[in-house]
Amino acid sequence: MRIAYCLKPKIMQIDNNQLLRFTTAGSVDDGKSTLIGRLLYDSKSIFEDQLEAIETTSKKKGHQGVDLALFTDGLRDEREQGITIDVAYRYFTTPKRKFIIADTPGHIQYTRNMITGASTANAAIILVDARHGVIEQTKRHAFIASLLQIPHIIVCINKMDLVDFREEDYNKIIAQFEEFSSKLLVRDVRFIPISALLGDNVVKRSENMNWYQGSPLLDTLETMHISSDINKVDGRFPVQTVLRPQSEEHRDYRGYAGRISSGIFRKGDEITVMPSGFTSKIKSIDTFEEELDEAYAPMSVSITLEDDIDISRGDMIVRTKNKPESSQDLEVMLCWLNNESAKPRTKYVVRHTSNEQMAMIKEVIYKIDINTLSRKNDDKELHMNDISKVKIRTTKPLMYDSYRENRMTGSLILIDPATNQTVAAGMIV
Amino acid sequence: MLKLKIRMSKYYLNYLDELESEAIYVLREVWAQFENPVILFSGGKDSIVVTHLAKKAFYPAKIPFALMHVDTGHNFPETIKFRDDLIESLGVQLIVGSVQESIDQGRVAEEKGKSATRNALQITTLLDAIETNKVDCAIGGGRRDEEKARAKERFFSHRDDFGQWDPKNQRPELWNLFNGKQFEGEHFRAFPISNWTEMDIWNYINRENIEIPSLYFAHEREVVRRSGSWIPYSEFLQLEENEEVLTKKIRFRTLGDITITGGIESDADTVEKIAQEVSAMRQTERGNRSDDKRSETAMEDRKRQGYF
Ligand SMILES: Nc1nc2c(ncn2[C@@H]2O[C@H](COP(=O)(O)OP(=O)(O)O)[C@@H](O)[C@H]2O)c(=O)[nH]1
Ligand SMILES: [Mg+2]
Repeated sequence: MRIAYCLKPKIMQIDNNQLLRFTTAGSVDDGKSTLIGRLLYDSKSIFEDQLEAIETTSKKKGHQGVDLALFTDGLRDEREQGITIDVAYRYFTTPKRKFIIADTPGHIQYTRNMITGASTANAAIILVDARHGVIEQTKRHAFIASLLQIPHIIVCINKMDLVDFREEDYNKIIAQFEEFSSKLLVRDVRFIPISALLGDNVVKRSENMNWYQGSPLLDTLETMHISSDINKVDGRFPVQTVLRPQSEEHRDYRGYAGRISSGIFRKGDEITVMPSGFTSKIKSIDTFEEELDEAYAPMSVSITLEDDIDISRGDMIVRTKNKPESSQDLEVMLCWLNNESAKPRTKYVVRHTSNEQMAMIKEVIYKIDINTLSRKNDDKELHMNDISKVKIRTTKPLMYDSYRENRMTGSLILIDPATNQTVAAGMIV
Repeated sequence: MLKLKIRMSKYYLNYLDELESEAIYVLREVWAQFENPVILFSGGKDSIVVTHLAKKAFYPAKIPFALMHVDTGHNFPETIKFRDDLIESLGVQLIVGSVQESIDQGRVAEEKGKSATRNALQITTLLDAIETNKVDCAIGGGRRDEEKARAKERFFSHRDDFGQWDPKNQRPELWNLFNGKQFEGEHFRAFPISNWTEMDIWNYINRENIEIPSLYFAHEREVVRRSGSWIPYSEFLQLEENEEVLTKKIRFRTLGDITITGGIESDADTVEKIAQEVSAMRQTERGNRSDDKRSETAMEDRKRQGYF
C-alpha cells in the first residue's frame, strides 16, 4: 500500500502541541466520510489491519479500490445500510497538533447530532458539492455552526474533479455562501477547493488547481490560531466537589475541586462565591504536583480559600470584580433532542455547569424554520430537531453568562425526570 | 519546570495537559453524580493510567472508590502481583469478581476446543459483581480509538437493567454536561480517557513516570505461533499437533487473558523505546487479540451485552 507521508510525531516534539477539535457537516454523499478517511489515510493514521478490513469489505461490496468512507462508518447497522447513524469520534496526530474529529451523520437526526458534535468544536468543516453549490442543507449547517458559536468555519468545496477543477465554479459557490452568511454571526470563515476522493488540497497541495493560493486543509487546521477560542477574561470556577482528606497530614484541608470554565485565577485574588455572595481570597491553587501561582481554563485544580465558608457542588467561585448574571428567568435558544416532544408547563431538570435544579419552559417565543432560517410565530410545539427561542423559569437563580460570551457558563441541558433522557440543549441569550 | 514556563507564558495547555484535565473533570463528575462508583481494573496500561488520574483528581484525599478486578483465572502472574502492590500503595479497597466462581456456580459454561477462552464469560461475572456490590457506575479505561464500536461511546454511557448497551439510543452528550441519572437496577460506565490514543497513553506514562507491569517491556518468553501472533505458553493453552513452543524476545501491547493475548517481537525495554516503537507501528493494538478477530463486529456484539 502506498503511504503518502510520514507525519507521525517523534515523541519528544509534542511538548507544546495543542489539541484541536473539529466537526464535519454536509448532506448525504457530499463526501464527509471520504474526506475523513483521506485525512486519516494521508496522515498515516490508518493501521494496516484496519486497512485490510476495509479492503475486504470494499471487495465484498464490489467497489473499485479502497472505499475510504468505510473507515469511519463504524457500527453494524451503518455498515449494512451504508450510512452513519450517530456521532463517532476519530483521532489523528501530526507533528504540529492532535486532532479530534466529531463525525456526524447527514440525515434525519442530523440537527441533533451536529449540535452534539459542534458543542465542543473549535472548528467546523462544511462540505459543499461543487456540482450543486450552496443548497438548503449548507445554510442549515452554517446556521447551526453560528448558533453553537464554533469559532472557525472552513467551507470545503468538494468533488472539484467533477467540475474539471474550474475556478469559476469555486468562486460562484463562495459568492453564494457569503450572500447568506453575512446574516449569521460567524467570526472566521475560509474556503478551500478540494477533492476528497483524489486527495487534492486535503493534505497535499493540488496540482490541478494552481489558481488557488491558499493552504490545503490539513495545513489550515494545523496553523489556525485557537488559543483565544476560550474566554480568558471572565474568571469562572464551578465547584464540582469538595475535597476533605481528613488524614493526619492534611487534617484541615478543604479544597474546592473543579475545572476552570473561563478566565484566569491567581493566588490572593479576591473572589465571591455565588449564589451566597460571601467573599474571600484565594489561599492556594493546588494540583497533585505542585501549588500554582495562577491557573486558567481549562485546567482542573483544587482551590482553597482564606476563610471558612460553606461551599458545595453547584456553587461558583468568581472574581469579585467580574461577576456573572444571576436570574431565575432566562431566554434560551433551545434545540429539542428527543423523540418525545416538549410537554408544556412540565418540570424538567436543568443542568448548567455543576449546578442542577428544576425548570419550566414558560413560553415559546418563536421557532426557527431551519430551511428558510425565518421565524415561525404560530407553531409553538417543540419536536425532535426543532430550534426555538424560549423563556425558561428556574426554581433558584442561575449564575450564567450569555452563550455568545462564554460557551461553558452559557450552555445548559434539560433532562426529563420521567425518563431520565437528555431532551434538550440550550444556549442562554 | 520547562513545561510550566510554556504553560504560563501562553495561557494554553498542551494536548496532554488538556487530556489530563478533561479526564480529571470526568472522574470528579463521576464521584459527584454517583453513590457507589468503582474503577474497573484489569492490570493493563489503560486502567493503570485511569487509576493514576484518579489519584490526581482527588489529591490530597485518597481515591474515594474501590478498584474492581474481573479475574478470569487465566492471568499473567505478573498482573496479579502488580495489582496487589498498587492496591496496597493506594490504600483503597479491591473487589474481585471471579470467572472461576461463576463457572463453579453454573452461571456460565466453559468454552470448549482449541480456541476456547474465558473472554466472553467475563461479561456475566462483571455484571454479577456490579449487581452484588451495588455499583452504580463502573469506570473503565476504554478509548474511542481502540475499536470502531468504541468510537461512539459517550463519557457517561448508560446500561439498562440487563447491563446492556444500546448504541442506537444513547443520550446525547453536549459541552461538558454529563447526565448520569438512572433508575433502579440500571448502571453507568464512565470512560475518562475516551479521547486518548495509544500514543497519548505511552507519552503520558513516559512523562509521568508511571509504573507498569514488566510484561509491557521486551522480555524472553516461551510462546506459540498462532494466527499471526505470539501467544504465551501457559498451563491453560492446549497445543495443536503442529504447534511448537519457542523462546522469543517479545512484549505485549495490551494485557488480557493469558490465553488470547498475543505478544509482538520487540527489543523495546524502556517506556521511551516503546513509545517510539508504537509511533512507527502499522497494526492496531487489538490486532493481536484473537477475541476481536472472531468477526468484524465482534467488539460491538460483546459491548451490547455488557462487556467492558
Ligand atoms: N468524484 C468524487 N467523488 C467523491 C469525492 N468525495 C466523495 N466522493 C464520492 O461520493 C460518494 C459519497 O461519499 P461519502 O464520503 O460516503 O459521503 P458522506 O455521505 O458525506 O459521508 C462516494 O461514492 C464517494 O466516493 C470527490 O472528491 N470526488
Ligand atoms: Mg458518511
